[in-house]
Amino acid sequence: MRRNTLRTVAIVVFLLVTFFYLSPLVLPKTYDKTTNTEKIKKPFTFWTEKLLKLGLDLRGGMEINLYVDLSEIHTETERKDAVKAAVEVIQNRIDQFGVAEPSIQTVGEDKIVVQLPGLRDFSRAKDLIGKTALLEFKLVATADETQRVIEQLDLWLSQNYQNYPFLNVLNDADFKDDEILKTDTEEETDKIEWHQEIMSYLVNSGVQSMTVSHENKTLLRQLLKDEAFKNALVERGFQILPNKENLINPKADLELYVLYPTASLTGSYLTNAETRMGGQGDFMNANKPYVSLKFNREGSRMFERVTAQNLKRRLAIVLDDVVYVAPVIQDRIRGGEAQITGSFTLEECNDLVIVLKAGNLPAPVEIGEERIVGPSLGSDSIKQGAKAVVIAVVLVMIFMVIYYKLSGIISVIALFLKIGFIFAALTYFEATLTLPGIAGIILTIGMAVDANVLIFERIKEELKVGKTVRNSIDAGFSRAIITIVDANITTLITAAVLYQFGSGSVRGFAVTLTIGILASMFTAILVSRAIFDTFVSNKNRDTLSI
Amino acid sequence: MQIFENSNFDFMGKRKMCYAISAIIIVIGLISIMMNGGLKYNIDFEGGLSLEIAPHPIDKNIDYLTVDQVRDALVKNNITDAEIQEFPVSKSFLIRTKSSTRIGDTIVEIIKAEFPEHTKGENLIRSQEEVGPRAGADLRKKAVNAVLISLLFILAYVWIRFKFTWGIAAALALFHDTLITLSILSLAGKEIGMTVLAALLTIVGYSINDTIVVFDRIREDLKIYRKDDEYHVFNRSINEILGRTAITSFTTLLADMALLIFGGQVIHDFAFTLLIGIIVGTYSSIFIATAFIMDTVIATKKRSKSAVKK
Repeated sequence: MRRNTLRTVAIVVFLLVTFFYLSPLVLPKTYDKTTNTEKIKKPFTFWTEKLLKLGLDLRGGMEINLYVDLSEIHTETERKDAVKAAVEVIQNRIDQFGVAEPSIQTVGEDKIVVQLPGLRDFSRAKDLIGKTALLEFKLVATADETQRVIEQLDLWLSQNYQNYPFLNVLNDADFKDDEILKTDTEEETDKIEWHQEIMSYLVNSGVQSMTVSHENKTLLRQLLKDEAFKNALVERGFQILPNKENLINPKADLELYVLYPTASLTGSYLTNAETRMGGQGDFMNANKPYVSLKFNREGSRMFERVTAQNLKRRLAIVLDDVVYVAPVIQDRIRGGEAQITGSFTLEECNDLVIVLKAGNLPAPVEIGEERIVGPSLGSDSIKQGAKAVVIAVVLVMIFMVIYYKLSGIISVIALFLKIGFIFAALTYFEATLTLPGIAGIILTIGMAVDANVLIFERIKEELKVGKTVRNSIDAGFSRAIITIVDANITTLITAAVLYQFGSGSVRGFAVTLTIGILASMFTAILVSRAIFDTFVSNKNRDTLSI
Repeated sequence: MQIFENSNFDFMGKRKMCYAISAIIIVIGLISIMMNGGLKYNIDFEGGLSLEIAPHPIDKNIDYLTVDQVRDALVKNNITDAEIQEFPVSKSFLIRTKSSTRIGDTIVEIIKAEFPEHTKGENLIRSQEEVGPRAGADLRKKAVNAVLISLLFILAYVWIRFKFTWGIAAALALFHDTLITLSILSLAGKEIGMTVLAALLTIVGYSINDTIVVFDRIREDLKIYRKDDEYHVFNRSINEILGRTAITSFTTLLADMALLIFGGQVIHDFAFTLLIGIIVGTYSSIFIATAFIMDTVIATKKRSKSAVKK
């Protein structure tokens, strides 16, 4: 009896989990056009935020595999750095793209796999990813200049705000209140229109730099991307670039820098960058990690001139238009060897070294593989896959009911539970459903009934020998289970190998196959058994519809 | 309902004939592979371009493009080695080349320039795959490893659960399945790519599943019918589970047929490979795996007899 309660608990848990993670399929969703993603609508997110993820081959998108050419690099650490630098560059560019769930993975020693699901603008992405990285050293504007730039931008935006309809969200009560307060303190009687101080409203300027709150980030990024806005800035002799996003706390404020658009130096003059530890004798940096830079001869001359002319000013290190760090120039630096010091952790130093190396990539990156699936092929595949699943289920179902009669219905119930469980498990693990994955589901539909067939045939044999219904069921199940477990473990082995060696969509197949095998063992052994037991224990049956 | 009730076929007596049939198919397959200059790989394993475009006319008065128009446009621009295939349902063209330089984007540009009235739509590119020679070679090596490693693992598992010779027999049957499937694929002129590899490994999984079911019953019957000789026990076991074997293969074939007919172009080769595999995998469990064990049993008996004589 105790075994039975345990079984009931297992089945109830199984059913609850299945229904819980199937529910996102029917919950109302919103569709984000720019990133081509679906999300569960607001009030329903308390229930679950997980959605069944579709692979690149079903929803469309792009996958690029890049190879980093390491043939010229000989030491292990330098090879690793070169690959990391390439990943950093790609990561940086993809962040600017606005793809919902980009994935960048390093595979093996020198391969980088980039996946951009839902992407539509294929040619732009290819251009961007294939481009070589640009590392620049740019002077940061002074505090006065920064203040002046903000004022000039306020003026410019008040003349041009009609061109930027997205700014209209600022025209709300909050903003007006804020302005009224301000006008009161400045004791101005003229009413200030919402569009007259857009820039001042968006940024909080500090002594060191400006910041943007998380809520206004997207708005500001849209402005910064705009060509007319950029030109207006450059005409006034400046440029505004964002700091690297805070990866640990994505809701943190974003720092912005007002820079001189012309680079004082570029990464091509850099010959080396590495992390070092301050020695005991070094008063300022004892036992602290810092980054050491080395320029070539021409670079050294340029660097000396820049540092001499701009003592105590900040020099930003910019990779692909993203500022990573903006150290203060402490000294005139001769000889082309510079140090970037500060309260860095070892990890931060290493990250910075990778950025510095990325600008002068020692190892060229080449596109080895590229796969694009357009949205029309993706949706065709979904339709055809769904059709094939339905037809396969119906055919197998009809056959099982004709051949095994009432017992066949039990196997059909088990089959439905199993298919439901596969989708629920994919949702729970946030695994992606790919086209080969659908094939895996269809295949396990065929193979799933195998476990039931093994049990049913066994029961039939036992009945033929003259055992009672009750005993036949017991014997049938207990004998068939050994076979089912043995047979399925070997299939799991091949699924595991497939996962290990396959790429992308084939992995999706291995995952669905594995979930399918586990689920069919569970449904055949436990669920079918429970149904049999319920029916047989109710009456003292002497016949079984099998 | 019951099929193969009380069946009593002499499976083991047919094993020599089946060895011959398998050998003939494999030899014909190998000859066909050699005549093709090796296995035909698709771009996954060999590198090259596979580009599917759907140049749909911008208004109803303009006709859809024909294969010849597309080919002429490419030839005019010095792309002569492209294979072009038309998919009538989606009104799209599949353009494939084995060229090692990346020309996918160039071809798209050519089509756009030559047929401006057909390429204004958003969904011109249905799919584009380009694989460099290096990536292709990488994948090929991985594929061979994947098949070999799964065979090794299965050999080990069967060895632990049954006996060493049974493990060898199972691995041999799987190797046989892989060879026959590759032979038939070569004869059918199919190319081998990532999806076909996935199908091959699935066949390995399906076939071992089937083999284990047979082995399991034999192990059980060997204990029950200790007095009978192996030849009869093996035949009896296979006959006992013949109904199950037939039904499972049949339902899996049903599902695979649904995939083959309704699954669409991308999945077609997968389903086709699997179709071969389901048939071969079922066959090999009886006529290769079990038959091989039969022969090792006979060989050991002969050896022990001759040892007694000495």
